[in-house]
Amino acid sequence: MRKPMIGNHAVSWGATLSRVQVIAAYPITPQTQVVELLSEICAEKKLDAKFIKVESEHSAMAACIGASAAGARSFTATSAQGLALMHEMLHWASGARTPVVMANINRAMSPPWTIWTDQNDSLSQRDTGWMQVYCQNNQEVLDSVIQAYKVSEKLLLPTMVILDAFVLSHTMEVVDVPDQDKVDKYLPPFKPEYKLDPEDPHAFGGLTGPDGYFELRYEMQEAMEQAKSLWEKTGKEFGEMFGREYGLVETYKADDADFLIISSATIASTARVAVDRLREGGMKIGILRIRVFRPFPVERVREIVSSVKKAMVIDRNISFGASGIFYQEVKAAMYNVSNRPPIFGIVTGLGGRDVGVKDIIQMVEDVDRMDSPRSDIIFKGVRI
Amino acid sequence: MEKKQPDKKVIFKSVKEMPPMPVSLYDVSYNKTGTWRNVRPVINYGKCTYCMICWKFCPEAAITLEPVVIKGKEKPKPVINYDYCKGCGICWTECPVDAIETQEEGK
Repeated sequence: MRKPMIGNHAVSWGATLSRVQVIAAYPITPQTQVVELLSEICAEKKLDAKFIKVESEHSAMAACIGASAAGARSFTATSAQGLALMHEMLHWASGARTPVVMANINRAMSPPWTIWTDQNDSLSQRDTGWMQVYCQNNQEVLDSVIQAYKVSEKLLLPTMVILDAFVLSHTMEVVDVPDQDKVDKYLPPFKPEYKLDPEDPHAFGGLTGPDGYFELRYEMQEAMEQAKSLWEKTGKEFGEMFGREYGLVETYKADDADFLIISSATIASTARVAVDRLREGGMKIGILRIRVFRPFPVERVREIVSSVKKAMVIDRNISFGASGIFYQEVKAAMYNVSNRPPIFGIVTGLGGRDVGVKDIIQMVEDVDRMDSPRSDIIFKGVRI
Repeated sequence: MEKKQPDKKVIFKSVKEMPPMPVSLYDVSYNKTGTWRNVRPVINYGKCTYCMICWKFCPEAAITLEPVVIKGKEKPKPVINYDYCKGCGICWTECPVDAIETQEEGK
Protein backbone atom coordinates (compact mmCIF):
# COMPACT_ATOMS: atom_id res chain seq x y z
CA MET A 1 0.00 0.00 0.00
CA ARG A 2 1.48 3.31 -1.11
CA LYS A 3 0.64 6.36 0.97
CA PRO A 4 2.11 9.79 1.61
CA MET A 5 3.64 10.19 5.03
CA ILE A 6 6.17 12.24 6.97
CA GLY A 7 9.46 10.60 7.95
CA ASN A 8 8.40 10.38 11.58
CA HIS A 9 5.33 8.33 10.64
CA ALA A 10 7.53 6.13 8.44
CA VAL A 11 9.42 5.34 11.66
CA SER A 12 6.14 4.55 13.48
CA TRP A 13 4.99 2.22 10.69
CA GLY A 14 8.39 0.54 10.55
CA ALA A 15 8.12 -0.20 14.29
CA THR A 16 4.48 -1.32 13.98
CA LEU A 17 5.24 -3.70 11.11
CA SER A 18 8.17 -5.06 13.15
CA ARG A 19 5.58 -5.96 15.83
CA VAL A 20 7.51 -4.26 18.61
CA GLN A 21 6.34 -5.40 22.04
CA VAL A 22 7.54 -2.58 24.29
CA ILE A 23 7.74 1.12 23.43
CA ALA A 24 9.15 3.57 25.99
CA ALA A 25 9.71 7.18 24.99
CA TYR A 26 9.81 10.77 26.11
CA PRO A 27 8.68 13.48 23.68
CA ILE A 28 11.17 15.89 22.10
CA THR A 29 10.93 17.99 18.94
CA PRO A 30 11.43 16.85 16.14
CA GLN A 31 10.77 13.26 17.23
CA THR A 32 7.31 13.78 18.74
CA GLN A 33 5.10 12.39 15.97
CA VAL A 34 6.96 9.06 16.00
CA VAL A 35 5.63 8.15 19.42
CA GLU A 36 2.40 10.14 19.01
CA LEU A 37 1.32 7.83 16.18
CA LEU A 38 2.66 4.75 17.96
CA SER A 39 0.64 5.59 21.08
CA GLU A 40 -2.51 5.88 18.91
CA ILE A 41 -1.72 2.57 17.20
CA CYS A 42 -1.31 0.94 20.63
CA ALA A 43 -4.50 2.56 22.00
CA GLU A 44 -6.46 1.27 19.00
CA LYS A 45 -5.02 -2.20 19.70
CA LYS A 46 -3.60 -2.44 16.17
CA LEU A 47 -0.32 -3.35 17.82
CA ASP A 48 -0.02 -5.62 20.83
CA ALA A 49 2.63 -3.58 22.62
CA LYS A 50 3.15 -2.13 26.06
CA PHE A 51 3.51 1.64 25.75
CA ILE A 52 5.46 3.04 28.71
CA LYS A 53 5.37 6.76 29.42
CA VAL A 54 8.59 7.67 31.20
CA GLU A 55 10.00 10.76 32.89
CA SER A 56 13.16 11.10 30.80
CA GLU A 57 15.09 9.66 27.88
CA HIS A 58 17.46 7.98 30.33
CA SER A 59 14.48 6.07 31.70
CA ALA A 60 13.15 5.39 28.21
CA MET A 61 16.33 3.57 27.27
CA ALA A 62 16.47 1.84 30.66
CA ALA A 63 12.95 0.51 30.09
CA CYS A 64 13.89 -0.69 26.60
CA ILE A 65 16.97 -2.48 27.95
CA GLY A 66 14.94 -4.22 30.67
CA ALA A 67 12.26 -5.23 28.19
CA SER A 68 14.81 -6.51 25.71
CA ALA A 69 16.61 -8.49 28.43
CA ALA A 70 13.25 -10.10 29.22
CA GLY A 71 12.95 -11.15 25.58
CA ALA A 72 10.67 -8.39 24.23
CA ARG A 73 11.33 -6.52 21.00
CA SER A 74 11.68 -2.93 22.24
CA PHE A 75 11.71 0.46 20.59
CA THR A 76 12.25 4.12 21.36
CA ALA A 77 12.89 7.35 19.50
CA THR A 78 14.58 10.61 20.41
CA SER A 79 16.66 13.59 19.25
CA ALA A 80 19.61 15.74 20.30
CA GLN A 81 19.54 16.56 24.05
CA GLY A 82 17.31 13.52 24.59
CA LEU A 83 19.89 11.27 22.98
CA ALA A 84 22.63 12.92 25.03
CA LEU A 85 20.67 12.22 28.21
CA MET A 86 20.48 8.56 27.15
CA HIS A 87 24.25 8.36 26.75
CA GLU A 88 24.99 6.21 29.80
CA MET A 89 22.17 3.83 28.93
CA LEU A 90 23.40 3.54 25.32
CA HIS A 91 26.57 1.93 26.66
CA TRP A 92 24.37 -0.27 28.83
CA ALA A 93 22.24 -1.47 25.91
CA SER A 94 25.22 -2.45 23.78
CA GLY A 95 27.33 -3.82 26.66
CA ALA A 96 24.44 -5.99 27.87
CA ARG A 97 23.94 -7.03 24.22
CA THR A 98 20.26 -6.07 24.16
CA PRO A 99 19.17 -5.57 20.53
CA VAL A 100 17.12 -2.41 21.09
CA VAL A 101 16.29 -0.40 17.98
CA MET A 102 15.74 3.33 18.22
CA ALA A 103 15.12 6.14 15.79
CA ASN A 104 17.14 9.30 16.24
CA ILE A 105 15.93 12.35 14.40
CA ASN A 106 19.15 14.31 13.77
CA ARG A 107 18.81 17.63 15.56
CA ALA A 108 21.67 20.01 16.29
CA MET A 109 22.87 20.16 19.88
CA SER A 110 22.00 23.13 22.11
CA PRO A 111 22.84 25.75 23.22
CA PRO A 112 21.85 27.92 21.52
CA TRP A 113 18.46 26.26 21.71
CA THR A 114 17.65 24.86 18.29
CA ILE A 115 15.54 22.17 16.70
CA TRP A 116 16.94 22.01 13.16
CA THR A 117 19.10 19.28 11.72
CA ASP A 118 22.74 18.32 11.91
CA GLN A 119 24.52 15.11 12.83
CA ASN A 120 26.42 16.08 15.95
CA ASP A 121 23.88 14.41 18.27
CA SER A 122 24.19 10.92 16.81
CA LEU A 123 27.90 11.19 15.98
CA SER A 124 28.61 12.11 19.61
CA GLN A 125 27.38 8.55 20.36
CA ARG A 126 29.76 7.00 17.82
CA ASP A 127 31.71 4.88 20.31
CA THR A 128 28.80 3.55 22.38
CA GLY A 129 28.68 0.22 20.51
CA TRP A 130 25.48 1.04 18.62
CA MET A 131 25.14 0.41 14.92
CA GLN A 132 24.14 3.57 13.04
CA VAL A 133 22.16 3.79 9.81
CA TYR A 134 21.75 7.16 8.08
CA CYS A 135 18.66 7.31 5.84
CA GLN A 136 18.14 9.42 2.74
CA ASN A 137 14.34 9.21 2.27
CA ASN A 138 11.19 8.21 4.13
CA GLN A 139 10.97 4.85 2.37
CA GLU A 140 14.45 3.96 3.55
CA VAL A 141 13.47 5.05 7.07
CA LEU A 142 10.57 2.60 7.24
CA ASP A 143 12.54 -0.22 5.64
CA SER A 144 15.60 0.37 7.82
CA VAL A 145 13.66 -0.01 11.07
CA ILE A 146 12.54 -3.49 9.96
CA GLN A 147 16.00 -4.42 8.68
CA ALA A 148 17.59 -3.08 11.89
CA TYR A 149 15.68 -5.60 14.04
CA LYS A 150 16.79 -8.42 11.75
CA VAL A 151 20.47 -7.49 12.06
CA SER A 152 20.37 -6.42 15.71
CA GLU A 153 18.65 -9.53 17.00
CA LYS A 154 20.97 -11.85 15.13
CA LEU A 155 24.10 -10.17 16.52
CA LEU A 156 22.74 -8.81 19.82
CA LEU A 157 23.84 -5.28 19.04
CA PRO A 158 21.49 -2.27 19.20
CA THR A 159 20.81 -0.07 16.16
CA MET A 160 20.09 3.62 15.77
CA VAL A 161 18.09 4.44 12.62
CA ILE A 162 18.81 8.08 11.82
CA LEU A 163 16.91 10.66 9.78
CA ASP A 164 17.30 14.40 9.28
CA ALA A 165 15.05 16.72 11.28
CA PHE A 166 12.37 18.36 9.13
CA VAL A 167 14.07 17.51 5.81
CA LEU A 168 12.70 14.00 6.37
CA SER A 169 10.96 13.99 9.76
CA HIS A 170 8.26 16.54 8.81
CA THR A 171 8.30 16.20 5.01
CA MET A 172 5.71 14.10 3.20
CA GLU A 173 6.87 11.54 0.68
CA VAL A 174 5.08 8.61 -0.90
CA VAL A 175 6.07 5.49 1.02
CA ASP A 176 5.27 1.91 0.13
CA VAL A 177 4.03 0.24 3.33
CA PRO A 178 4.77 -3.48 3.01
CA ASP A 179 2.19 -6.14 3.87
CA GLN A 180 2.36 -7.44 7.43
CA ASP A 181 2.48 -11.07 6.22
CA LYS A 182 5.60 -10.39 4.19
CA VAL A 183 7.29 -8.49 7.01
CA ASP A 184 6.51 -11.41 9.35
CA LYS A 185 8.25 -13.75 6.91
CA TYR A 186 11.28 -11.44 6.72
CA LEU A 187 11.45 -10.76 10.44
CA PRO A 188 10.70 -13.74 12.70
CA PRO A 189 9.85 -13.19 16.41
CA PHE A 190 12.69 -12.27 18.80
CA LYS A 191 13.87 -15.36 20.71
CA PRO A 192 17.06 -14.67 22.66
CA GLU A 193 19.13 -17.54 24.03
CA TYR A 194 19.45 -15.88 27.44
CA LYS A 195 16.70 -13.79 28.97
CA LEU A 196 15.34 -12.60 32.30
CA ASP A 197 13.18 -15.49 33.45
CA PRO A 198 12.17 -16.23 37.07
CA GLU A 199 12.08 -19.96 36.21
CA ASP A 200 15.71 -19.90 35.08
CA PRO A 201 17.38 -17.02 36.90
CA HIS A 202 20.54 -15.35 35.60
CA ALA A 203 22.25 -12.12 36.57
CA PHE A 204 22.85 -9.67 33.71
CA GLY A 205 25.75 -7.24 33.57
CA GLY A 206 27.10 -8.25 36.98
CA LEU A 207 30.51 -7.33 38.30
CA THR A 208 33.17 -8.60 35.88
CA GLY A 209 36.85 -8.30 36.66
CA PRO A 210 39.86 -7.97 34.38
CA ASP A 211 39.67 -11.74 33.72
CA GLY A 212 36.45 -11.45 31.71
CA TYR A 213 35.69 -7.90 30.59
CA PHE A 214 38.23 -7.76 27.76
CA GLU A 215 36.78 -10.88 26.09
CA LEU A 216 33.26 -9.43 26.24
CA ARG A 217 34.49 -6.30 24.47
CA TYR A 218 36.31 -8.44 21.90
CA GLU A 219 33.00 -10.21 21.24
CA MET A 220 31.31 -6.85 20.62
CA GLN A 221 33.92 -5.93 18.04
CA GLU A 222 33.60 -9.36 16.39
CA ALA A 223 29.83 -8.88 16.18
CA MET A 224 30.40 -5.46 14.59
CA GLU A 225 32.67 -7.06 11.99
CA GLN A 226 30.01 -9.72 11.25
CA ALA A 227 27.44 -6.95 10.99
CA LYS A 228 29.06 -5.66 7.81
CA SER A 229 28.18 -8.74 5.78
CA LEU A 230 24.86 -9.14 7.57
CA TRP A 231 23.68 -5.64 6.61
CA GLU A 232 24.56 -6.50 2.99
CA LYS A 233 22.92 -9.96 3.14
CA THR A 234 19.72 -8.85 4.85
CA GLY A 235 19.59 -5.83 2.52
CA LYS A 236 19.66 -8.16 -0.50
CA GLU A 237 16.97 -10.38 1.05
CA PHE A 238 14.91 -7.25 1.63
CA GLY A 239 15.30 -6.43 -2.06
CA GLU A 240 14.16 -9.91 -3.10
CA MET A 241 11.05 -9.71 -0.92
CA PHE A 242 10.09 -6.05 -1.21
CA GLY A 243 11.85 -4.82 -4.37
CA ARG A 244 14.12 -2.34 -2.59
CA GLU A 245 17.70 -3.39 -1.95
CA TYR A 246 19.95 -1.87 0.70
CA GLY A 247 23.67 -2.14 1.44
CA LEU A 248 26.28 -0.62 3.69
CA VAL A 249 26.86 2.08 1.10
CA GLU A 250 25.12 3.25 -2.05
CA THR A 251 26.83 4.60 -5.15
CA TYR A 252 25.47 6.86 -7.87
CA LYS A 253 27.26 7.12 -11.22
CA ALA A 254 30.50 6.21 -9.44
CA ASP A 255 31.64 3.43 -11.79
CA ASP A 256 33.49 5.68 -14.26
CA ALA A 257 33.88 8.69 -11.96
CA ASP A 258 37.08 10.67 -11.52
CA PHE A 259 35.56 12.94 -8.87
CA LEU A 260 33.68 11.36 -5.96
CA ILE A 261 31.32 13.10 -3.57
CA ILE A 262 31.12 11.20 -0.27
CA SER A 263 28.25 12.04 2.04
CA SER A 264 25.36 10.65 4.06
CA ALA A 265 21.66 11.15 4.73
CA THR A 266 19.72 13.75 2.68
CA ILE A 267 22.76 15.71 1.50
CA ALA A 268 23.74 12.59 -0.45
CA SER A 269 20.32 12.44 -2.13
CA THR A 270 20.40 16.16 -2.99
CA ALA A 271 23.86 15.59 -4.46
CA ARG A 272 22.38 13.28 -7.11
CA VAL A 273 20.76 16.28 -8.80
CA ALA A 274 24.06 18.17 -8.62
CA VAL A 275 25.88 15.19 -10.17
CA ASP A 276 23.37 14.97 -13.03
CA ARG A 277 23.89 18.68 -13.82
CA LEU A 278 27.68 18.44 -13.59
CA ARG A 279 27.65 15.37 -15.86
CA GLU A 280 25.71 17.41 -18.43
CA GLY A 281 28.78 19.68 -18.47
CA GLY A 282 31.02 16.66 -19.13
CA MET A 283 32.40 16.12 -15.64
CA LYS A 284 32.93 12.48 -14.64
CA ILE A 285 31.47 12.68 -11.16
CA GLY A 286 29.71 10.24 -8.85
CA ILE A 287 28.51 9.76 -5.28
CA LEU A 288 29.34 7.38 -2.47
CA ARG A 289 26.63 7.53 0.17
CA ILE A 290 27.61 6.00 3.49
CA ARG A 291 24.41 4.45 4.81
CA VAL A 292 25.79 2.34 7.65
CA PHE A 293 28.29 4.40 9.66
CA ARG A 294 28.82 1.85 12.44
CA PRO A 295 30.15 -0.67 11.65
CA PHE A 296 32.15 1.56 9.31
CA PRO A 297 32.23 -0.01 5.82
CA VAL A 298 36.03 0.26 5.50
CA GLU A 299 36.39 -2.35 2.74
CA ARG A 300 33.65 -0.82 0.55
CA VAL A 301 35.06 2.69 1.07
CA ARG A 302 38.57 1.55 0.10
CA GLU A 303 37.35 -0.26 -2.98
CA ILE A 304 35.34 2.72 -4.28
CA VAL A 305 37.53 5.65 -3.21
CA SER A 306 40.78 4.09 -4.50
CA SER A 307 39.34 4.09 -8.05
CA VAL A 308 38.84 7.89 -8.28
CA LYS A 309 41.23 10.82 -8.78
CA LYS A 310 39.72 13.14 -6.21
CA ALA A 311 37.28 12.67 -3.34
CA MET A 312 35.28 15.26 -1.40
CA VAL A 313 33.50 14.45 1.86
CA ILE A 314 30.52 16.62 2.80
CA ASP A 315 29.91 16.65 6.55
CA ARG A 316 26.86 18.12 8.26
CA ASN A 317 28.70 17.79 11.57
CA ILE A 318 31.94 18.88 13.17
CA SER A 319 34.34 17.44 15.71
CA PHE A 320 35.52 20.66 17.34
CA GLY A 321 39.28 20.93 17.24
CA ALA A 322 39.51 18.40 14.41
CA SER A 323 37.25 18.32 11.33
CA GLY A 324 34.14 16.76 9.83
CA ILE A 325 33.61 13.29 11.28
CA PHE A 326 32.85 11.31 8.10
CA TYR A 327 35.94 13.03 6.63
CA GLN A 328 38.13 11.70 9.46
CA GLU A 329 36.70 8.20 9.05
CA VAL A 330 37.17 8.15 5.28
CA LYS A 331 40.73 9.47 5.56
CA ALA A 332 41.56 6.88 8.24
CA ALA A 333 40.14 4.09 6.05
CA MET A 334 42.26 5.21 3.09
CA TYR A 335 45.56 5.84 4.90
CA ASN A 336 47.07 2.38 4.28
CA VAL A 337 45.85 2.23 0.68
CA SER A 338 48.74 3.04 -1.68
CA ASN A 339 46.71 4.51 -4.55
CA ARG A 340 44.58 6.86 -2.51
CA PRO A 341 43.38 10.12 -4.06
CA PRO A 342 43.53 13.51 -2.32
CA ILE A 343 40.51 13.76 -0.02
CA PHE A 344 38.88 17.12 0.75
CA GLY A 345 36.63 17.77 3.75
CA ILE A 346 33.68 20.16 3.61
CA VAL A 347 31.77 21.20 6.73
CA THR A 348 28.37 22.68 5.91
CA GLY A 349 24.71 22.93 6.87
CA LEU A 350 25.18 23.03 10.65
CA GLY A 351 22.01 23.74 12.63
CA GLY A 352 19.84 22.97 9.61
CA ARG A 353 21.20 25.63 7.25
CA ASP A 354 19.95 24.57 3.85
CA VAL A 355 22.33 22.68 1.57
CA GLY A 356 20.92 22.83 -1.94
CA VAL A 357 21.95 21.64 -5.39
CA LYS A 358 23.66 24.95 -6.20
CA ASP A 359 25.68 24.77 -2.98
CA ILE A 360 26.93 21.29 -3.80
CA ILE A 361 27.84 22.31 -7.37
CA GLN A 362 29.77 25.27 -5.92
CA MET A 363 31.67 22.95 -3.53
CA VAL A 364 32.61 20.63 -6.40
CA GLU A 365 33.79 23.52 -8.59
CA ASP A 366 35.90 24.98 -5.77
CA VAL A 367 37.49 21.63 -4.89
CA ASP A 368 38.04 20.82 -8.58
CA ARG A 369 40.37 23.83 -8.80
CA MET A 370 42.56 22.60 -5.92
CA ASP A 371 45.31 19.99 -6.25
CA SER A 372 45.45 19.00 -2.59
CA PRO A 373 43.61 20.06 0.56
CA ARG A 374 45.24 23.04 2.31
CA SER A 375 43.35 22.40 5.54
CA ASP A 376 41.22 19.68 7.10
CA ILE A 377 38.09 21.82 6.96
CA ILE A 378 36.69 23.74 4.02
CA PHE A 379 33.71 25.65 5.44
CA LYS A 380 30.84 26.19 3.02
CA GLY A 381 27.83 28.40 3.60
CA VAL A 382 29.06 30.12 6.75
CA ARG A 383 29.26 33.93 6.78
CA ILE A 384 32.86 34.59 7.72
CA MET B 1 13.88 -26.58 40.14
CA GLU B 2 17.39 -27.97 40.54
CA LYS B 3 19.94 -25.19 40.68
CA LYS B 4 23.12 -25.77 38.74
CA GLN B 5 26.21 -24.49 40.46
CA PRO B 6 29.85 -24.92 39.65
CA ASP B 7 32.13 -26.52 42.26
CA LYS B 8 34.84 -23.93 41.60
CA LYS B 9 35.33 -20.56 39.93
CA VAL B 10 34.74 -20.71 36.16
CA ILE B 11 37.47 -19.22 33.99
CA PHE B 12 36.88 -19.29 30.24
CA LYS B 13 39.91 -20.27 28.17
CA SER B 14 38.60 -18.54 25.02
CA VAL B 15 35.80 -16.27 23.87
CA LYS B 16 34.41 -19.27 21.97
CA GLU B 17 33.35 -20.82 25.29
CA MET B 18 31.74 -17.63 26.52
CA PRO B 19 28.16 -16.45 26.12
CA PRO B 20 27.90 -13.35 23.90
CA MET B 21 26.61 -11.18 26.70
CA PRO B 22 27.60 -10.51 30.32
CA VAL B 23 25.24 -13.08 31.82
CA SER B 24 25.77 -15.36 34.80
CA LEU B 25 25.62 -19.00 33.75
CA TYR B 26 24.81 -20.19 37.23
CA ASP B 27 22.32 -19.26 39.91
CA VAL B 28 23.63 -16.10 41.54
CA SER B 29 23.21 -17.54 45.03
CA TYR B 30 26.66 -18.93 44.24
CA ASN B 31 28.06 -15.45 44.85
CA LYS B 32 28.04 -15.25 48.63
CA THR B 33 28.39 -11.61 49.62
CA GLY B 34 28.46 -12.02 53.40
CA THR B 35 32.25 -11.79 53.34
CA TRP B 36 31.91 -8.06 52.61
CA ARG B 37 30.55 -7.50 56.13
CA ASN B 38 32.54 -5.55 58.72
CA VAL B 39 29.87 -5.46 61.38
CA ARG B 40 27.65 -8.43 62.21
CA PRO B 41 24.06 -7.82 63.42
CA VAL B 42 22.95 -10.29 66.11
CA ILE B 43 19.32 -10.49 67.13
CA ASN B 44 18.61 -10.58 70.85
CA TYR B 45 15.50 -12.75 70.88
CA GLY B 46 14.89 -11.82 74.51
CA LYS B 47 14.08 -8.27 73.38
CA CYS B 48 12.62 -9.04 69.90
CA THR B 49 8.88 -8.33 69.61
CA TYR B 50 8.52 -10.13 66.22
CA CYS B 51 7.29 -6.93 64.57
CA MET B 52 8.97 -7.84 61.24
CA ILE B 53 10.35 -4.33 60.69
CA CYS B 54 13.92 -5.61 60.20
CA TRP B 55 12.64 -8.13 57.64
CA LYS B 56 10.78 -5.37 55.75
CA PHE B 57 13.74 -3.02 55.69
CA CYS B 58 16.56 -5.46 54.83
CA PRO B 59 17.63 -4.35 51.31
CA GLU B 60 19.29 -7.69 50.57
CA ALA B 61 16.43 -9.97 51.69
CA ALA B 62 18.98 -11.51 54.04
CA ILE B 63 16.45 -11.77 56.89
CA THR B 64 13.93 -14.57 56.67
CA LEU B 65 10.96 -15.25 58.94
CA GLU B 66 10.60 -18.63 60.60
CA PRO B 67 7.37 -19.43 62.43
CA VAL B 68 7.85 -20.19 66.13
CA VAL B 69 5.26 -20.85 68.81
CA ILE B 70 5.52 -18.58 71.85
CA LYS B 71 3.01 -18.90 74.65
CA GLY B 72 0.69 -20.87 72.37
CA LYS B 73 0.80 -18.23 69.58
CA GLU B 74 2.61 -18.52 66.27
CA LYS B 75 5.12 -15.68 65.74
CA PRO B 76 7.41 -14.76 62.82
CA LYS B 77 10.96 -15.13 64.10
CA PRO B 78 13.51 -13.09 62.09
CA VAL B 79 16.67 -15.04 61.20
CA ILE B 80 19.69 -13.39 59.58
CA ASN B 81 21.35 -15.22 56.69
CA TYR B 82 25.04 -14.41 57.19
CA ASP B 83 25.91 -15.77 53.71
CA TYR B 84 24.40 -12.62 52.24
CA CYS B 85 24.12 -10.02 55.06
CA LYS B 86 26.55 -7.20 54.22
CA GLY B 87 26.24 -5.55 57.60
CA CYS B 88 24.71 -2.35 56.21
CA GLY B 89 23.17 -1.43 59.55
CA ILE B 90 19.64 -0.72 58.37
CA CYS B 91 18.11 -3.46 60.55
CA TRP B 92 19.70 -2.28 63.78
CA THR B 93 18.88 1.32 62.95
CA GLU B 94 15.23 0.56 62.25
CA CYS B 95 14.59 -1.91 65.10
CA PRO B 96 12.15 -0.05 67.41
CA VAL B 97 13.23 -1.91 70.56
CA ASP B 98 17.01 -2.00 69.96
CA ALA B 99 16.93 -5.81 69.84
CA ILE B 100 19.69 -6.04 67.19
CA GLU B 101 23.15 -5.88 68.64
CA THR B 102 26.37 -5.41 66.70
CA GLN B 103 29.68 -7.26 66.74
CA GLU B 104 32.75 -6.28 64.82
CA GLU B 105 33.79 -9.07 62.43
CA GLY B 106 37.21 -10.67 62.84
CA LYS B 107 37.38 -10.00 66.59
